[in-house]
Amino acid sequence: MDESLNLVLFSGTDDKLQAAAVLTAGAAALGKPVKIFLQYWALDAFRAANVGADHGLAPEAGAAGRLAVDALARAGQAPWAETFRQAKELGGIDIEACSLSMDLLKLEPSDLDPLVDGVEGVTAFYLNAGDGQIVFI
Amino acid sequence: MPTLAISHTIDARGLSCPMPIVKTAQVCRVVPAGSVVELLATDQGSTKDVSAWCRATGNELLDQTVDGSVYRFLIRRN
Repeated sequence: MDESLNLVLFSGTDDKLQAAAVLTAGAAALGKPVKIFLQYWALDAFRAANVGADHGLAPEAGAAGRLAVDALARAGQAPWAETFRQAKELGGIDIEACSLSMDLLKLEPSDLDPLVDGVEGVTAFYLNAGDGQIVFI
Repeated sequence: MPTLAISHTIDARGLSCPMPIVKTAQVCRVVPAGSVVELLATDQGSTKDVSAWCRATGNELLDQTVDGSVYRFLIRRN
């Protein structure tokens, strides 16, 4: 359980971010470290001004998927940002913004939600990942 | 089985995966070793998740029962 889970988050839709948050929280509950690298539209979703907004769903969700996701939220499923917060409370979670994506989106560290621990390049992410698996979402 | 002194009850009924386990992990971090924690959950994955979590974290699943749609687990925090 000591080997870290390394997640590259690219997509910024609420369903994919929720799936990533669930994987992260599950790993945190097991004491498995998780390193998260935020790129492109996932990073955009972690902007402080944007984190609670409606980020839509992946195209394959369709209208039926929208209804299902909304029903789960009404039943009390926490929003993805809250799931990440709870995972971080358990410890062992490091969330880093991709520096290239920071440039792309013209962001400064102060623009990001406090869930984000820092900014790094892809080299640092790879080195920190070590031999652990890398999952792209 | 003999009656156990439950030191903490986690009501995770209605919460979806992985929140029952996240809440269990949060509680087991703060209760003293030897405490018995009761978890109530309705998530269908919780039967397999709780036993796997206990195995992986060295805690002991003392008992698990189901009453209608509610799963009840007794966990000894080791």
